[in-house]
Amino acid sequence: MNNTTLIAVDDVTKVFATDGGEKTVLDGISLTINHGEIVALLGRSGSGKSTLLRCIAGLIGPSTGTVSYKGTPLNGSNPGTALVFQSFALLPWLTVLENVELGLEAKGIKPAERRERALKAIDVIGLDGFESAYPKELSGGMRQRVGFARALVVEPDVLLMDEPFSALDVLTSENLRSELVRMWSEGTMPTQTALIVTHNIEEAIQLADRILVLDSNPGRIKAELTVELPKPRDRRSPEFEDLVDEVYGILTGQQAEPRRAAVNGGGPDAAAAAQGLETPLPTASTGSLGGIVELLAAHGGSEGLAEIADELRYEIDDLLPVVDAAQLLKLVRTQDGALRITEQGRRYAGADLLRAKEQFATLAVEAAPLVRHIVKELRRSDSGAIRADGVLSDLRALYGDQEAQQQLDTAVDWGRYGELFEYDADSGRLLLPTHPDATAAAAGQTVDA
Amino acid sequence: MPVLRPLSGAGALRRPALRWTDLLVGVAIIVVFYLTIRATLGAASPLDLATAPSSISTDPAHLPYYALRSLLRMFVALIASTVFTFMVATAAARLPRVEKIVLPALDILQSVPILGFLSVTVTGFIALFPGSTLGLEAASVFAIFTSQAWNMAFSFHASLVSQSRDLDEAARLMRLSKWQRFWKLDVPSGMIPLVWNGMMSFGGGWFFLAASEAISVGDKTYALPGVGAYVAAAVEQGQLDRVGWAILAMIVMVLGTNFLFWRPLVAWAERFRQEDTAAVDRPRSLVLDLLAHSSIPRGLGRAFAPVGRGLDRATRPFGVAEHPLFVPRLRRRAGDVVMALVVIAGILYGAYWASEFIGSTIGFGSFGEAFGLGLITFIRVLVIIILATLIWVPVGVWVGMNPKVSKLAQPVVQLLASFPANFLFPFVIAFFVAVGIPLDIGGILLMALGSQWYILFNVIAGASAIPTDLRQAMESFRLTPWQRWRKLILPGIFPAYVTGGITAAGGAWNASIVSEIVSYNHNTLIAPGLGSYIAQATSGGDMARVLVGVIVMSVFVVGLNRLFWRRLYRVAETRFSL
Repeated sequence: MNNTTLIAVDDVTKVFATDGGEKTVLDGISLTINHGEIVALLGRSGSGKSTLLRCIAGLIGPSTGTVSYKGTPLNGSNPGTALVFQSFALLPWLTVLENVELGLEAKGIKPAERRERALKAIDVIGLDGFESAYPKELSGGMRQRVGFARALVVEPDVLLMDEPFSALDVLTSENLRSELVRMWSEGTMPTQTALIVTHNIEEAIQLADRILVLDSNPGRIKAELTVELPKPRDRRSPEFEDLVDEVYGILTGQQAEPRRAAVNGGGPDAAAAAQGLETPLPTASTGSLGGIVELLAAHGGSEGLAEIADELRYEIDDLLPVVDAAQLLKLVRTQDGALRITEQGRRYAGADLLRAKEQFATLAVEAAPLVRHIVKELRRSDSGAIRADGVLSDLRALYGDQEAQQQLDTAVDWGRYGELFEYDADSGRLLLPTHPDATAAAAGQTVDA
Repeated sequence: MPVLRPLSGAGALRRPALRWTDLLVGVAIIVVFYLTIRATLGAASPLDLATAPSSISTDPAHLPYYALRSLLRMFVALIASTVFTFMVATAAARLPRVEKIVLPALDILQSVPILGFLSVTVTGFIALFPGSTLGLEAASVFAIFTSQAWNMAFSFHASLVSQSRDLDEAARLMRLSKWQRFWKLDVPSGMIPLVWNGMMSFGGGWFFLAASEAISVGDKTYALPGVGAYVAAAVEQGQLDRVGWAILAMIVMVLGTNFLFWRPLVAWAERFRQEDTAAVDRPRSLVLDLLAHSSIPRGLGRAFAPVGRGLDRATRPFGVAEHPLFVPRLRRRAGDVVMALVVIAGILYGAYWASEFIGSTIGFGSFGEAFGLGLITFIRVLVIIILATLIWVPVGVWVGMNPKVSKLAQPVVQLLASFPANFLFPFVIAFFVAVGIPLDIGGILLMALGSQWYILFNVIAGASAIPTDLRQAMESFRLTPWQRWRKLILPGIFPAYVTGGITAAGGAWNASIVSEIVSYNHNTLIAPGLGSYIAQATSGGDMARVLVGVIVMSVFVVGLNRLFWRRLYRVAETRFSL
């Protein structure tokens, strides 16, 4: 392995403007990608890993800091990279061959040579016989093969992959992944250097020489692991499993830090910060919360996170928010990549519906700042009703449009389940259950549930 | 020993024999070429304005040639609209500063009564092509163009800005040249809405074709050989039977362009659909199937491939379709300021010029008069929308919810929608004259003739899009018909209805210019209103009044769109989208 640096990311920060504030997605990221190594960027959703990848590809510019390719700072798409997309991003009106040829056409390569190189790439990636098919005639796995052929045919210095297997079913992705591993270890892969973005821990360990774990909100590099197991790697080996547990430990190790004040001084942000709104609610439904606690209880109170994910066929993006939420409500505790039920949790799992709801309500008001904030505001108001827009605009300054709405949705879900408050979508108001407009609806829902 | 040598042309024997499809396609191509050349020669013929005909012969034997000339105008306008769309919509989508000007401008142009401008443009184009028919031709083409281009540009711009982010990123990372990106990504991804919009606009264009072939400017009337001028001449002479011939020719033209041009195009555009699964009933076309079976199109494609490669190379210097990630803030600011100053100066100058012109000729009091007349026309538009809603919503729902009926009705409605209503005017007017209905009331019917179909059309589309399982659910709950209407049907068709309503109202305003003043068999009927105000000013060559009328009508249309339709539309999108 020679150590020439191909891509250098130097103190990159990315800030997106939100309504009345800013949201920091990447914060002080520095990394290098050297010739001949495969690097994995691992993180949960919201960690900004796709944003970082797009900065490296030169598709978006960082707010501060620089990305350079072979020492030259980027100001436009990175000429030394090709990207494999999660959604494949094939042009549906071009055949497989035309799709693969397109990158060469852009380089102005003559038709005859273009065809020859494209056919070779198609052959290498196992697409022989599909040259004249249109993407919509292919299965997901075959489409992603076209995606790989299209990226590899231009012989980029660095192959970028944005969750390339996550749109495929388990068997197909396993098949394609192990073929890639084989090609890399046999040296038939034209590109030796790669960066893969993933939220799949095992995938990262299987492919990468080096794993960078990203923290979320804002995205920072939380840990860097070097994987020295020989390839191809056996997922059942104890060393592999130890690494998986280690990564789970890193990902759940500490609660998300309180968000830094995004706007300097004053404004709605200061008010919001005082209420603890900068600690986000994990996006988990009340049903999944109950489910995980019951699952733990059924497993005797403790289970490894990797095993839970395996059993539920959950990706970490599905599992970790639920774990976070259960942890926030003190129903479970994490320890070295394992999940343990608490005394609270045991009671919750054993309770009947009405009692579970009561317990949930108490816990939510105690531990979830946004739920507490809404309940407090409602009690303070004379009418027992407040406008959801007001809450939303406080949240927007901290989280940006989309995430603010998600925060509110989660809070409403929790509040409704705990019968703490109601939300009337028509008038856009949050209502106490005692409010005349709410009683009918709330009573009806209790019976239904 | 020539006998033993393999025949050099043996390969040709193994090729399938010349197929009848090839023969048919080949002949068709030659015929189209011949007709295009014939019509073009006529359009470019020299013309002495002083002796230019003010009317054309109404001998039905001339109709095929007139139809040919009219078709040429329609297609030239369509080509012009497409080129305009490609350039303006792409510029707006790629250059933020251009977008800030182009979008509001298109929005206003869309609402401006085109017919009010005819006399201005005719004068301009005649000056541009002295001594040739081309000036009049260009004016007519321009009138049709203005009825198509804004719509098409809007639709293409919308598909450019809603392009999938992944495809955009893939194109940028592959470093496609600007030219490559446009043809490989931009045009294909906008193809389906562009073709459908083009087809609709083409249908609307017939109306303006009919209105723009016989134009009077001041005291002079010019007539171009075409079906529109034929109808005008026949009406002027009170020959209803000959109008009937023209209507027949018109039907043949509408159906023919649909069958030979739009159907194949729509079916062909299906290949650019981005959804993974093919639609169940994708549009089919006999003509397209025929072309697909023939080897001529592919042969032509191969023959022209070097041209494509040449263009690809020639456009390479324009650079890669990529924008810099960082633009110095100072330079960007400076650019914004310069742009804003230029635009403000332009608007101020235009406003100053217009106010000076109006103030020095007819005075600002004329705005009051025009507004009063505008209110009268507004009442007519209102009546049309209400009546069309009451009549066509139930019919549209019935048609849309019965797949069998809608299969039969769809082409009929399409024909009705694209059939130029002004061809039917003579019969209606003759009826008014015979029965003694004043144009104050009758004008409403004339205006409705062209515009009501948009409501029907959209309601049918909306009703047929209501999911079957929802309808079955309503049936299983045994809802009464009224409950079903209130809970499912009305909310379900609402977004489509609003779209139809906007178009119908815009069409009605425009139609008022030709509907509030009509002449038949040397009788002229006038209904007071903004439309007749503009029409009279136009034929009298009174530019100041034309300007005032057009401004007032634009204010009405834009204002109503903003205050009323836009709001309904937002409600439709947020609350009632299925």
